[in-house]
Amino acid sequence: MKKILGILGLLVAIFVVTWIVEPKFVSAYNLQNIIRWTSLFGIISIGVAFVIITGGIDLSIGSLIGLVGCLLPMLLAAGYSPVIALLAVVVLSLAIGLMHGLLITRLGLQPFVVTLCGLLFYRGFARWLTHDQVQGFGSSYEGLRQLAIGKVSLGGGFALPIPFFLLLLAGVLAALFLNRTIWGRYLLALGRNETAARYSGIQIERMKVLAYVLCSGTAGLGGILFALDVNSVQPAAHGNFYELYAIAAAVLGGCSLRGGEGSILGVVIGAAVMRLLYNAINVSGIPTQLEFAIIGAVILAGVIADELIRRVASRRRAGRGD
Amino acid sequence: MALLAARGISKRFPGVLALDAVDMAVEAGEVLAVIGENGAGKSTLMKILAGIEIPDSGEVVRDGESVNIDSPRRAAALGIALIHQELNFCANLSVAANLYLGREPEQWGLIDRAAIREGAVHALAQLELEVSPDVLMGDLPIGHQQLVEIAKALSTEARVLIMDEPTSSLTSQEAEALFAVINELRERGVAIVYISHRLGEVEALADRVLVLCDGQNAGELDRAEISHDAMVAKMVGRDVAQYYAHQAHPAGDIALQAEDLVIPAWPDHRLNFAVRRGQLVGIAGLVGAGRTELLQVLFGIVPALGGRVLIDGAPHAIRSPVDAIRAGLALVPEDRKQQGLILEMALRDNIGLPGLGHYQRVAGWANFARQAADADQMIERLAIRTPGPAQIVQYLSGGNQQKVVLGKWLALEPRVLLLDEPTRGIDIGAKQAIYHLMEELAESGVAVLFASSELEEILGMADEVLVMHEGRITGQLQRDALSEEAIMSLATGKAA
Repeated sequence: MKKILGILGLLVAIFVVTWIVEPKFVSAYNLQNIIRWTSLFGIISIGVAFVIITGGIDLSIGSLIGLVGCLLPMLLAAGYSPVIALLAVVVLSLAIGLMHGLLITRLGLQPFVVTLCGLLFYRGFARWLTHDQVQGFGSSYEGLRQLAIGKVSLGGGFALPIPFFLLLLAGVLAALFLNRTIWGRYLLALGRNETAARYSGIQIERMKVLAYVLCSGTAGLGGILFALDVNSVQPAAHGNFYELYAIAAAVLGGCSLRGGEGSILGVVIGAAVMRLLYNAINVSGIPTQLEFAIIGAVILAGVIADELIRRVASRRRAGRGD
Repeated sequence: MALLAARGISKRFPGVLALDAVDMAVEAGEVLAVIGENGAGKSTLMKILAGIEIPDSGEVVRDGESVNIDSPRRAAALGIALIHQELNFCANLSVAANLYLGREPEQWGLIDRAAIREGAVHALAQLELEVSPDVLMGDLPIGHQQLVEIAKALSTEARVLIMDEPTSSLTSQEAEALFAVINELRERGVAIVYISHRLGEVEALADRVLVLCDGQNAGELDRAEISHDAMVAKMVGRDVAQYYAHQAHPAGDIALQAEDLVIPAWPDHRLNFAVRRGQLVGIAGLVGAGRTELLQVLFGIVPALGGRVLIDGAPHAIRSPVDAIRAGLALVPEDRKQQGLILEMALRDNIGLPGLGHYQRVAGWANFARQAADADQMIERLAIRTPGPAQIVQYLSGGNQQKVVLGKWLALEPRVLLLDEPTRGIDIGAKQAIYHLMEELAESGVAVLFASSELEEILGMADEVLVMHEGRITGQLQRDALSEEAIMSLATGKAA
């Protein structure tokens, strides 16, 4: 809980500072944009959080988003109905997650290696499939695209983007899963101590596979939304680095890469911090070349602060001797 | 004057006062045995002398001079060497490299391999150890690894040699060889501090015995006073019979039966035994005898290579802990911090973990109310000392942590309870509570199978003992046939 307050504080601080530097920042148009992008990144960050909670990692998210982004327009252009096309890319994503999970648990390969190969493979496959030609929906499928670009008016000239509601739904479901079901508890337990979890009768292999399936599944959903949003998918670039944004959001939001720790609300706020920071750099006139440097510095500062606070807290606890 | 003395040493760890104003002194050419039960503070005291732990108060005196041993390096400079109970070496390096680890002789900034090899040959010859210095440490049998560690300590020209349970993994021949070395070192004027659970060994070796009990001095015995009974009486600080509170229970039907069970580590041996309801069966043996491996096979951590296990007469294929739990088994593992508990989680969540899958009312939905009720019940039943059920278990004392591990399984009401070193590293009060609990469970008809390296515990608690040696069951002793000698001769393979 303290962690969430910390990251929330960071979010508010960036917001206020940017507002003072550039008042136009709070225009309805800009805020809606931030919310829309936060929602898309929030969804994929929730997915990777499950994998990080098991102590694993998924580096293939961005490439999977690229692959899904290419396949969806291609399937539609080939005459498949939207339902079939959507179903196909979702099933493909789940199957990819299943494959990652099985390679990691059955063959004992390292998550980093498996998903790094995925990162390379899905990107290369998408480029080959499309001959590097830009994919898109043109001016058709406007209805479908509303999923990503639509808005629900709240009156007073402000409207909430539809992806915000999708994020809300995904977040509530994920939080219930993590905190209220036995499987969520098993994931947290095995992330902390795999051996003890095994000795307690938890089927750790199965639970880990589940985490990778969830991660690739949400990446697939995110991939659909990102494609619908941009409508012009560059096979070589679409989704590049998104896995790193997602991992950064999860870490900022309180997930430990050692596993066993994390809250869904924290991860969503972490994604918001990332997008807000990105937007703040753009609107406040800081050279965009500095973008990565600033984001990296803020994350590092956040993680250092968190570690220092943790040390002080644990020293105090140990000192009490209870 | 004592060569090395500790005066009024105190050390507190979170939740437990490990040492409370302990005094100790050892003279040159003397073998001082330090005995006491698990958790008495022996290892902590030795770690303080070796600079691994820093005491909260008290002083260490070397040759009449107060010294501040704040690092293992400082201890080495003062001629104090500690041979750990758990061996510390790099399995991927050669014997010679291990002997000089951290003090490699250099030539032009590079490791002087020739000097290391020469020194290693000399050090090994001192112990008459026929081991090539070029062999990888990890490829040696455990007894030889132990002897190499001793050679390493000797090669530092130690004046004070501290050995923490050096024979716990040695065969009887290897132990004999070690005793010869110890006697020779004594002749040379080395002061030896010898920690052991084997009272027979202590009787044969020690010039003086220092007894620790619950972190305090519990008395000393001079050469003439050393006897098994005198040592045990001082160690537990009360009447032994009352301490273990063993009662005979009527043996019920067979609850757990192993038929031709094959443990993967020893594929050539077949194990046969049975545990009846209401009985406490102990498994004795040296380190590496296969006690832990047997319990792990029974619980499905490592699947058996062959044979079968019957629970209440019905065969059960146990391939994972899930199967074992379903069949009514529970295992309190050897290493509670690694295997028994999720240290960063709350007491309540640890106790509830194995039960979550069993108490679902809606599929998948965790029944946290049931978990909270179980935790409250266990805190009361086991008298777990904690500020509350939400306490993170790493902040509990060892004894209370062990009670949490027990509580985890009791909530599931197992038919067969497997315990691996149930009282390792816990204080005397918690030990007694666990002994009483074991009695209580046996009384209620649970079959209890426990492995222990503390002979006193086996002698005090077991209705029947299985003795293991190198993966085989070398003997089964009924309570009336139990003695330290009988167990040790079976455990070292002498009477096989």
